[in-house]
Amino acid sequence: MNKADFAVVGQPLPKIDAWAKVTGETKYADDLVLPRMAYGKLLRSPHPHARITGIDTARARALPGVYAVITGADLPPVKFGILPVSQDEEGLCTEKVRMVGDAVAAVAAVDEETAERACELIEVGYEPLPALMSIEDSLAHPEVRIHEYGDGPNVHKNVALQFGDVEDAFARAHLVREDVFYFEGNTHLPMEQHAAVAHHGPDGKLTLWSSTQTPHYVHRLLGKILDMPTAHIRVIAAPVGGGFGGKLDPFAHEIAACKLSQVTGRPVKITLTREEVFYVHRGRHPVLMWIKTGFTRDGDITGCHLRTWLDGGAYGSYGVASTFYTGVINPVTYKMPIYKFEGARIFTNKPPCGPKRGHGTPQPRFALECQLDKAAEQLGLDPADLRRRIVAEPFTKTANHLTVTTIGLAECIDKVVEASGWREKRRALRARPRTGTKKTGLGIACSAYLTGAGTAIYWNSMPHSGVIIRADRGGGVAVLCGATDIGQGSDSILAYLPAEVLGIDPRDVRVHPADTDLTPVDLGSYSSRVTLMCGMAVIQAAQRLRTVIFKAVAEKLDVEPSALVARDRKVGVADDWDKALPFARAVELAEAMHGVLAFAGSYAPPKRAGKYKGGGVGPSPCYSYSACVVELTVDEETAEIDLRDVWIAHDVGRALNPLLVEGQVEGSVYMGIGEALMEEQVFRKGLHKAPSMLEYKSPTTLETPNIHTMIVETDDPEGPFGAKEAGQGPLLPVIPAIANAVHAAVGVRIDEVPITPDKILRALDLKRRGKPARIGPDKLPLFTFKDALMVESAFGLPAEAIAVRPFADAETVTEPPASTSPAASRAPASPAPDIGARPT
Amino acid sequence: MMRLPPFTYLAPRTVGDALKYLGDAGPEAMLVAGGTDLYPNMKRRQFEPKTLVGLRGVRELRGVRGSERHGVTLGSGTTLSTVAGHPTVAQHYSALATAAGLVSSPQLRNMGTIGGNVCVDTRCNYYNQTYAWRKAIGFCMKKDGDICLVAPGSPRCWAVSSSDTAPVLWSLGAHVRLAGPQGERTLPVAALYRDDGIAYLAKRADEIVTDIVLPPADGWRSTYVKLRRRGSFDFPVLGVAVAARLEGDVVREARIVLGAVASQPREAPAAADALRGERLTGDVIARAADLAARPSKPLDNTDFSHPYRKNVTRAFVARALRRLAGLPDDEARA
Amino acid sequence: MNSAPRPETVKSQLQLTVNGETRDVLVSAHKTLLEVLREDLGLTGTKHGCELGECGTCTVLVDGVPVLSCLALPVELEGAAIATVEGMATDGRLHPLQQAFAELGAAQCGYCTPGILLTAQALLHQEPAPGRERIREALAGNLCRCTGYTKILDAVELAVLRMARPAVVAGGEG
Repeated sequence: MNKADFAVVGQPLPKIDAWAKVTGETKYADDLVLPRMAYGKLLRSPHPHARITGIDTARARALPGVYAVITGADLPPVKFGILPVSQDEEGLCTEKVRMVGDAVAAVAAVDEETAERACELIEVGYEPLPALMSIEDSLAHPEVRIHEYGDGPNVHKNVALQFGDVEDAFARAHLVREDVFYFEGNTHLPMEQHAAVAHHGPDGKLTLWSSTQTPHYVHRLLGKILDMPTAHIRVIAAPVGGGFGGKLDPFAHEIAACKLSQVTGRPVKITLTREEVFYVHRGRHPVLMWIKTGFTRDGDITGCHLRTWLDGGAYGSYGVASTFYTGVINPVTYKMPIYKFEGARIFTNKPPCGPKRGHGTPQPRFALECQLDKAAEQLGLDPADLRRRIVAEPFTKTANHLTVTTIGLAECIDKVVEASGWREKRRALRARPRTGTKKTGLGIACSAYLTGAGTAIYWNSMPHSGVIIRADRGGGVAVLCGATDIGQGSDSILAYLPAEVLGIDPRDVRVHPADTDLTPVDLGSYSSRVTLMCGMAVIQAAQRLRTVIFKAVAEKLDVEPSALVARDRKVGVADDWDKALPFARAVELAEAMHGVLAFAGSYAPPKRAGKYKGGGVGPSPCYSYSACVVELTVDEETAEIDLRDVWIAHDVGRALNPLLVEGQVEGSVYMGIGEALMEEQVFRKGLHKAPSMLEYKSPTTLETPNIHTMIVETDDPEGPFGAKEAGQGPLLPVIPAIANAVHAAVGVRIDEVPITPDKILRALDLKRRGKPARIGPDKLPLFTFKDALMVESAFGLPAEAIAVRPFADAETVTEPPASTSPAASRAPASPAPDIGARPT
Repeated sequence: MMRLPPFTYLAPRTVGDALKYLGDAGPEAMLVAGGTDLYPNMKRRQFEPKTLVGLRGVRELRGVRGSERHGVTLGSGTTLSTVAGHPTVAQHYSALATAAGLVSSPQLRNMGTIGGNVCVDTRCNYYNQTYAWRKAIGFCMKKDGDICLVAPGSPRCWAVSSSDTAPVLWSLGAHVRLAGPQGERTLPVAALYRDDGIAYLAKRADEIVTDIVLPPADGWRSTYVKLRRRGSFDFPVLGVAVAARLEGDVVREARIVLGAVASQPREAPAAADALRGERLTGDVIARAADLAARPSKPLDNTDFSHPYRKNVTRAFVARALRRLAGLPDDEARA
Repeated sequence: MNSAPRPETVKSQLQLTVNGETRDVLVSAHKTLLEVLREDLGLTGTKHGCELGECGTCTVLVDGVPVLSCLALPVELEGAAIATVEGMATDGRLHPLQQAFAELGAAQCGYCTPGILLTAQALLHQEPAPGRERIREALAGNLCRCTGYTKILDAVELAVLRMARPAVVAGGEG
């Protein structure tokens, strides 16, 4: 569909919640106040690993102003976890604490100060156990067990998959490189500290308002955790003041608020301090990586073998998925015919890691893209040309059986190369190296990312996203959807798309999100799934509404429904527009004909998981692509880095709102810069070294470069009006592009994130002394991966002609493109707005 | 939310009243000016004063008086923003304007005062943590404990002097005027500090810093460079203050003072001597920078690794000297 | 910390001027402006990210100057003009900065937005035509984790343009 045919899609409209946000009206969870509300606090463990020998709450209970004190003994004796395979958490720890910051008791009191003083009066007996603070520690001490389950002592997960004969691929290569990389952990640092308000009413029903990205999963798990009927629990996601993956699990403060409300009969609010947010974590896994790749003389990849060791922290969280994600997305970017992946997640006594923007993929992306840079240097190839040559083929399968649809990566590379002046600047820098101490370098990297996980957290055949749309006699349209706006703009997407379908203004749409009593389930704001999945669902619902409206208007105007169009808040025949009816009138006619106008839309991704164990992680309806060039200077004396410009091109399929896409890209670039240069979650003597905004270094306006964003559109047949994701993928290439630029500037390789002046200075010193100018890990853990599951490589096979997408209205079927040559890499033009009825 | 412990707040209007309130309240009382250093520390329970004597309402403590010819007096309650933006300071004591303008963030400089920055508590990443964190790791001698966690076995505290303005004022030969129960006294800034992370000030608890007195500018030029991770928020983890009196392009007198390398600002007299009588050429700068870097002995208790802070000291001193000489930061070296 | 009883705290009656309105509050001395605004006056538009002066989220204006409400005491602010985000719009009309932030997508999660709007408002009051670098410096005390600051800087620039030439001000979306 031509851009010009859209009325709403592609317009740089304000977000529908922008007005509330610029006036301070938006009510985040901590802004909620209910009558008789009590304030809660959690008492947290001071030990990284200890057995709890006893808890005495008597003194706390006696403090005036205290309403209730609870411990784990007051909660049902169940363990839970976001993944069914990792049920290892307790709301309040009963037997053991596994990290500094584990919650052991909770207080509700008249105010926060009293609750805090009461926490200090709780006496907890601990018997300290050895603290395992690194992958090496945990593997070296199998006699100390953090958990009793998993794939070995302190091994949470051990996976190995092989797609084709990787040794044969290396034997055929002209160049085989083995490199080792390390990516330090870091955290989301949302500006809003997590908060929850729970109200257990006299009717026995519980309502929880929370800053959560997944009201549905919290809802589902609360029933189990509190041992009460899920039917009596209502979870409402308040507007989230920044998520980035940090508000994706059910947390102790949510559980404690619910229980305390039950016990006290009052609403209870718990808001975390910044320090507690660092303990809640679920952020980027520290990952040690070994990567071996074979290249032909021309730079083609013959095969790749990747090993990853993840430092998982104290609990499972999303860790099994994270482990797979360090491996399975790699073959999506470039032609990688043979692939072997081995990964292991190790428990340590640190806050649990989980999904942070890019979930498990920025780490191997850093490894692969830095290795490509080294290979290009050895092969005498321009790193941009090398990458462009090996871009994956659209509408094919990868070695590990993922189906890719549209790929705009070549265009992305061309755009960043052109806009940054890549060729001219590199030529100029080679011809006239700068004489001062400040050296300039350019670096490039690319990436791909999924647009929504193809499978849910728990196995089921229900929709991943559901919408109810209701038309009012006044011409207004209400959209009810479980999707959670965390700032990315999902509420706005839920207004734009039905407005496009129904020919009305987005301002005529009211969106009611994320309330488990009122809204159909959307699985949550993670894995870049929301625009695509709730977008497809709302389009379907809007089309169903439009169908009945057209039927009624057709009867009134005595025309065929197929002759009608909806635009400018009217419904009529295009070349007899004078007779077109106002939308509100059309709604009345339709309601008179059909009864109440409320329609549902459902979406579930096409079922095309690889037919092997582990094949469920990685599939996605479609993948976004990004290319990034950075220009920076490094001072050779002090190793200070001055990052000036970042050029980034992103294949978003279609920009439903280019302003929002740019915002997501810019935010991703920003977060990538922080991870690349300064952010790190590090520990000392069993404790987080710097759990504060001051010492956890988040870039300010002054460290953030000019970000030049370019949008590439490929009109993907899987996405709503052709759209793919924008919120995570663009983070990935930024980090290796910076590493590669540092090498280009001063000739040292920093194979370890973050790339700090400290490390660069040490590398420069090695270079001066004639030693290999590299800083990075040089040892790998002694660890045996399980025998790899041998699966035939599916590399290059064409995408299935028809992938069944459950719940789609199968009225029309579009064939996939006959050719998969680059010339045909553009997807078939979408006959949007009928996209929802078009399985591929 | 992090909250302050309860206290009684007293708001004197004059220095005399402030001294009286302070004396009456005894050792459980503390002074507060901008509050930007004290309140975060109180929220983390580094301090739990029963009484706070707030200096915000004492008008005589605010303002910039005098001229570069006769010297400039800064009321201790003058905000860092005012100091940074004051035309006389910016023109004739430029290092001070630079340093004041590099403290933390714009908002904090609107609240924080020059007196507060001069007296700012020493810092250590074992100390600037919440009560619960410090309890978990084991309290240190600076608060609630009896050992030094950065240098176990050390009889003293190694918290780091983290003032941006202190090394500058020292290099400028400034004085502080103190008011106490026994009257006023004036100290050279160089005598205000002690190399101890706990007792880092020679100021007595019952004294108030009322003024900072800058000598006549008299041909002195000055500059300040600061190492920190980010261009905002962060305390210095290395500061270099250089002041020099030049005749033509020949250095007649010079002082080089390093910040954030010890529990007090640290002067580098040998380096300053190497400048005297010289033109600020690349060679002279290199020699002085080598000498100045020697006394820098940072420990592992701030941001950045301490070897890094040690290793770049030379380059930062050279950068300061180049700026003083009007040379570009990254001039090609011979 | 020690669990000894707190020293007796006396609450004092204060008269604060917030967004041009006089408000009487009865508060303890140790209550910060942030707490009093949010908890006593119900002005929850002022947000908090650390309460230690390390993020800029809680910025409000006192006599037109951006300060951190988490480190300011109301007992010191009687007679001062306190401005919060709730006071930026006048007679139902948004401030040009609010309008520009909404139009350009400068507020993503929106949590840092009130503090940034007020900091920018103070800047434009002091300097009607700041360049991009000056805006960067003025906003260096406000962390944002969503936007990469790009749209924020764009929006301040747009507001500068519109405030210089009021005829350009777009309306209607509010």
